[in-house]
Amino acid sequence: MSTQTSLTNKYVLAYGVTVAFFFLSMLTAVSIGTVSIPLVETVNIIGGQLFHLSIDDHIGAMHTNIIVDIRLPRVLLAGLVGGSLAISGAVFQGLLQNPLADPYILGVSSGASVGAVATLFFNISIPLLGLYTLPVLSIVTALLTMFVVLFFARQADRAMRVETIILTGVIFSSFLGSFISLIIALTDDRLQQIMGWLLGSVSMRGWDYIGIILPFFIIGTLILLMNSKELNALVFGEARAKHLGVDVQKRKIIILVAGSILTGAAVAVSGAIGFVGLVIPHMMRRLWGPDHRHLLPLSIITGAGFLMLTDLVSRTIISPSVLPIGVITALIGAPVFALILMKQRKGMRGGL
Amino acid sequence: MLTLKSVAGGYDDKQVIQDMNFSVFPGEFFGILGPNGSGKTTLLKLISGLLPCSDGSIQLDNQDLQQFSTKALARKMAVLPQLTSHAFPYTVRDTVALGRYAHLQGVFQTWTAEDERVVETVMEQTHITGFQHHLLQELSGGEQQRVFLAQALAQEPAVLLLDEPTNHLDLAYQKDLLDLLKRMVREQHLTVVAIFHDVNLASLYGDRLLLMHGGQVKALGRPDGVLTESVVNDVYQTGVKKNPHPSMAKPQMHLIPSDYPSVTKGFRLDASMLDVQPERVTFISPAPLRTFASHGWGSGIGWNRYVVQWFDATCSADIETMGDYLARDGFDPAQTIGMVTAGSIDNTVYYFGENEAASLLTVVTVGQEGTISVWLFINGIMTDEAFMQAMMTAAEAKTQTLRELGVTRTPSIGPYPEDRIVVAALQYGPNLPGAGMTIDLGQLIHDCVCKALWKRMQSNDD
Repeated sequence: MSTQTSLTNKYVLAYGVTVAFFFLSMLTAVSIGTVSIPLVETVNIIGGQLFHLSIDDHIGAMHTNIIVDIRLPRVLLAGLVGGSLAISGAVFQGLLQNPLADPYILGVSSGASVGAVATLFFNISIPLLGLYTLPVLSIVTALLTMFVVLFFARQADRAMRVETIILTGVIFSSFLGSFISLIIALTDDRLQQIMGWLLGSVSMRGWDYIGIILPFFIIGTLILLMNSKELNALVFGEARAKHLGVDVQKRKIIILVAGSILTGAAVAVSGAIGFVGLVIPHMMRRLWGPDHRHLLPLSIITGAGFLMLTDLVSRTIISPSVLPIGVITALIGAPVFALILMKQRKGMRGGL
Repeated sequence: MLTLKSVAGGYDDKQVIQDMNFSVFPGEFFGILGPNGSGKTTLLKLISGLLPCSDGSIQLDNQDLQQFSTKALARKMAVLPQLTSHAFPYTVRDTVALGRYAHLQGVFQTWTAEDERVVETVMEQTHITGFQHHLLQELSGGEQQRVFLAQALAQEPAVLLLDEPTNHLDLAYQKDLLDLLKRMVREQHLTVVAIFHDVNLASLYGDRLLLMHGGQVKALGRPDGVLTESVVNDVYQTGVKKNPHPSMAKPQMHLIPSDYPSVTKGFRLDASMLDVQPERVTFISPAPLRTFASHGWGSGIGWNRYVVQWFDATCSADIETMGDYLARDGFDPAQTIGMVTAGSIDNTVYYFGENEAASLLTVVTVGQEGTISVWLFINGIMTDEAFMQAMMTAAEAKTQTLRELGVTRTPSIGPYPEDRIVVAALQYGPNLPGAGMTIDLGQLIHDCVCKALWKRMQSNDD
């Protein structure tokens, strides 16, 4: 029983640390900016908003506006995108039995990007949607891409082995990538807009974008969390999982669709932000073990916190200019990843 | 009970298995054998439900395999895969616990005390409890295989399927794993269906064997019946010799390399290899000889290059002192037949005999206490029965000669002398299927032994 207790203790510690990291990141990200607001006041304002307490004085009102209308939606959006990318990264790595997989491997992000870039290039604006034409079109193209990829994979291989799905995804990725390149080559006045979107950003989105991603986030994460046991089995290969009693064919599709929905929604609202989906699950696995029942929630929380912090860095480091958030994640993510990889390879040299 | 009725199946474009009909009974260890590409693994995939049957049906306890849900099937049947590498650092315990997946109940799939008990039990059975918190990657191949066996057993299956379970395992691990399975078959009535690469392991552990060839049943039954030289040679397209296991009633197959060392060619055993000294007689063959020896170091059936007899009046001639003699004179103990008698100078005679059928060198020594040693070195390929007949013939010839000579032996030292016979054959040259008195070789042996003994006894009279 003592081992049981130590296991429980490990996860209590894990959740304690990650949740603390999440709230610390959120508060810091909300407090700091062009106008810095003291932490205590930030807590007061957020608490006030939550419990409908009114704040009277003038500065308080201004700060409340900054926090509630500008910072909070931006930070929360970063959190939702970070959490989505991290959990889909974790499940793709598990499902594909490859720690180097990321959420973009199935070409869903290219699909979302084509939708977004086309919207910008052709200046499409659908009545009723207005400003939200871009994220909505982007989500639609992302989901379309996912279904087309799965359909072609099924045509190529009725068993839909993960290798086939990856290959199909890679093919569609580069195919769609060429469209994006073509649009970039043809455009002149919208180049900066397009590049800015492609590099990823969570600025100037507001609460409505949160409304766009939230339903996908809730449905996607719930589905994935309910399949964490199956993922544990699938990590040992599809045949093994089937022999253990997992309905592999069904579960695989469910997991792929849920992961793709999360990825597509995240890319649609913020652009293709790299490295979060690769590094965060990897880090969590090294720190707390590969059990998906805990790996998935821990990845969401840490991914959210990480992207909030990254966004903070991107808008403060050369303030008032804003760096694309994707650049920062890669700048931080790549060295961290290299470090993990080096440590892991060193550790393995003695073993296998 | 697992029943296959005219099962056919394979991959999209290729039918691998045709018309498979057999049943595996509860509590049976069922081995599947066959050369590469004979469809063993495909058959196992069909049985485990990984591949659909294109024709016929597979039934588990009188229910079609297709009618089981994946989970229900996993509670009845488990599979131990071949050893593969894994990407993620799972602990041994987590890996074993996955075996309970099919048993978890309810929306939240709660882990119950029963699940806990089963996991503990199977870890005990497979002796992995000691490293349950280690990571899979830290374990040796044999330990990993035990972890996956524990995982499969945690499913509490009635039928366990194994695909070459001992692949990549060293000798001791192979035995441990198969012993464990055999014990579970006996004690818990587990049904085991295992693919074997190794014909001899299959023979040792399988209650019944299925020998496959070209996706069909070539032979099915007890190891004795399935593993015959002709069938195995035909199916595997090779040359094997069948032999019984020394301590079990199971057949074993021995491979005969076709490119046999050429040292056996181009010479024959004759007196030039014999070295007679006052204190010892030595026969040194350039190549190992198949030997049947009645006494001494290296007695029984074996392969030896040296046959040595020491004469030592003080000897007590037991096996322990023999080691000293071998070490002193530098003979390889693994390749030597050695014996010691009390003796005197000039007590060794030899005779080389030859007829159309065979040639052989006979060496006879007589010790002081009257012990007679007869060595036969035969140029030819002898069967086991030929060896036995040669021994009988030699003994007969010896007795007859002694009678004709009127020798009655009263031991001067110790008990009645035990005579020794060594028969050694080059196993190259003419085939010598027998050595009884009615056969050329038998007559030759008889002649040579008689002549050599006459020679020896007459010289004694001088």
